[in-house]
Amino acid sequence: MGRKLDPSRKEKRGPGRKARKQRGAEVELARFLPPVKEQVSPQKEKHAVKAAGQAARGRSGFSDSNSKWLAPAKAKKIQSKGNHVELSSDGEVEESNWEMEEEDGSSEEEMVDDYGASSSEEEELLPIEKAALKQKSDSEEEEEEEEEEEEEEASESTSKQKMGQEEENPDLQLNLDIDEQFKLPTNEEPPDLHVIHQRIKGNLEVLQDFVVKREEGRTRQEYLAVLRRDMAAYYSYSDFLLTKLMDIFPLPELINFLEANEVPRPVTIRTNTLKTRRRDLAQALINRGVNLDPLGKWSKTGLVIYDSSVPIGATPEYLAGHYMLQGASSLLPVMALAPQENERILDMCCAPGGKTSYIAQLMKNTGMILANDSNAERLRSVVGNLHRLGVTNAVVSNCDGRQFPKVLGGFDRVLLDAPCSGTGVISKDPAVKTNKDEKDILRCAHLQKELILSAIDSVNAASETGGYIVYCTCSIMVEENEWVVDYALKKRNVRLVATGLDFGKEGFTRFKDRRFHPSLKSTRRFYPHTHNMDGFFIAKFKKFSNAIPQAQKEAATPSAVPDTVVEPPPKKKKLEGSKADKEQKLPQPALKKKRSLQSQRRPLKA
Amino acid sequence: MRPLTEAETRAVFEKLGKYIGENIQLLVDRPDGTYCFRLHRDRVYYLSEKLLKLAASVPRDSLVAPGTCFGKFTKSQKFRLSVTALDFLAPYAKYKVWVKPGSEQAFLYGNHVLKSGLGRITENTAQYQGVVVYSMADVPLGFGVAAKSTQECRKVDPLAIVVFHQADVGEYVRNEDTLT
Repeated sequence: MGRKLDPSRKEKRGPGRKARKQRGAEVELARFLPPVKEQVSPQKEKHAVKAAGQAARGRSGFSDSNSKWLAPAKAKKIQSKGNHVELSSDGEVEESNWEMEEEDGSSEEEMVDDYGASSSEEEELLPIEKAALKQKSDSEEEEEEEEEEEEEEASESTSKQKMGQEEENPDLQLNLDIDEQFKLPTNEEPPDLHVIHQRIKGNLEVLQDFVVKREEGRTRQEYLAVLRRDMAAYYSYSDFLLTKLMDIFPLPELINFLEANEVPRPVTIRTNTLKTRRRDLAQALINRGVNLDPLGKWSKTGLVIYDSSVPIGATPEYLAGHYMLQGASSLLPVMALAPQENERILDMCCAPGGKTSYIAQLMKNTGMILANDSNAERLRSVVGNLHRLGVTNAVVSNCDGRQFPKVLGGFDRVLLDAPCSGTGVISKDPAVKTNKDEKDILRCAHLQKELILSAIDSVNAASETGGYIVYCTCSIMVEENEWVVDYALKKRNVRLVATGLDFGKEGFTRFKDRRFHPSLKSTRRFYPHTHNMDGFFIAKFKKFSNAIPQAQKEAATPSAVPDTVVEPPPKKKKLEGSKADKEQKLPQPALKKKRSLQSQRRPLKA
Repeated sequence: MRPLTEAETRAVFEKLGKYIGENIQLLVDRPDGTYCFRLHRDRVYYLSEKLLKLAASVPRDSLVAPGTCFGKFTKSQKFRLSVTALDFLAPYAKYKVWVKPGSEQAFLYGNHVLKSGLGRITENTAQYQGVVVYSMADVPLGFGVAAKSTQECRKVDPLAIVVFHQADVGEYVRNEDTLT
């Protein structure tokens, strides 16, 4: 192929497109925007057009529906008055949701085409440069504002704030005059984050000591409403989630929880005792330049990494399978499960394989583990991890957990780390703050209920060493935790036993208008702000009979009220010893009656 | 999942024999039970007979990995050993190569071992002999094929390749997707 271009023959070319001084975006934009037609009503469209095509309008008159009250420039007028005003409006238009009604309030003097006006004066900055300058200062403000929900009050106050602050930029006279004067009704202070934070603190103080510190005539509800709005704005939560959290936590704890979610939890690793010892591993990693410490008294294999000069996920020790990167809270369900050697274990939702490999290492590669997950993509990491860590007693499968007893049953123990809404791991995934709502939580809860029934049915109650199911989630919502556990207690022949974890907060036995079985005290909740690990919930069941109870209505017996029968919850629950056995034997005969009483109660309560 | 045919078994054992010699018997008859090889979707898996029973009851479409994958058969029926077999090869390896700490990373990235990175090598390694590569701390890093016999290794210049790379543990991170 010959070269078509002959470099020795240069064509004469005139000044390029960009060679001349730009007359402003009006000329450029005129090529792209539809000419002069009246824009269709949707507000956003108008705004977008306005924001982009201000200059395109030119001096002949405005083309959109504002032409009634918006007349082209009186250049002189603008220079003096319009500066700060225009700037404020400009800022507001950048955020596209501003209400249209305020434009009617715009006064005459602001109706000017800035590009037209300013291009007449040479010493002014080019309009596009001004726009850039303005954009910069706006984007800084926008960043702050993006953190807050765009509520009307917030927006109003922005305009007020900007009006005040922009006087120091007299050079920036921009455009967007139409939306300048947003006179939104304001009785709110500006949404400065610092101010909001102060307000939250003040509000909390009042609520702590309400009787003394309250303002006359204001109800507690009003204070709570303001607090909720402020916290949603400051921490970027959706209102729904924040309401749920306010139900679970008392107020000072709630602030701690929210703060803890902003910060990531420390990186932790688990030693693979199939290949090395914690001591040796710690030594090897320290030699590589890692700063670490044992995780705590409760774990013999965990190490917490403070900082490291090498990537922890790529050291030769990691590649040789000496350790696994795993959150501290993920060690707990396996410790609760306590798998013994030569057992058959099912891990229903195993990806990415951390808990499965821990089970294998506790069993010392004896027995059998069926590692199942319904997501084929994530199973790749399970296979990779199991091979890397040298687990030989595992079979990996890709079934839906709900099929379980049909596919294979008769296991000694089952671990169900159910898929959940992830409200306990907000620090890992901040999107959860806003994208969860009622439907999501209920959908998760439904799936979890189905899974837990399958899990229970897959266990052989008659197994000599086993018969245990551990249900855990990384969520703190009561709908996904206690409710599911209570459901399982009602539907199957299982009972709750002590998890063997002596720290952690006990699960709720009652929550708002629900009453759960009293044995829920043996479940455990972990929070990021109290334990410095991801939010978690763990419950351990023992199956005492393989029969599946049919849904039955039993006659309500006026036996002793269940709640008073339960002994005061011991603060520490040790491993299943005689004490635990005793407390299980006691409530057991009364279980059936309790359950029926409860099931009878509910319809009445409704 | 099915047992291997004669031809396949021969191919696998031949390949394994390159690295561990006659110790293959030790792989099959272990003190904690008999182990066997099974073929599932062109991959060869190594599992104990107890696990076999469990794996057999899982529906074939849902079965992802019974036991440990040793390698796979390519489209032209050649057997390719993968790094996941390292744990089993390493204890029985007949010919070993130790790599200096500085060149560990290079090997883990998939490069061949140069003379400058060679720490130790077993005596009497023939050329093109299968070897298992270790770090100086006796941690198995992967396996390969000796490019030069031990005698030649002493004479050759520092930038010459002494071990051809075949598989290394870095693949757990680099090729996580293709392990299965």
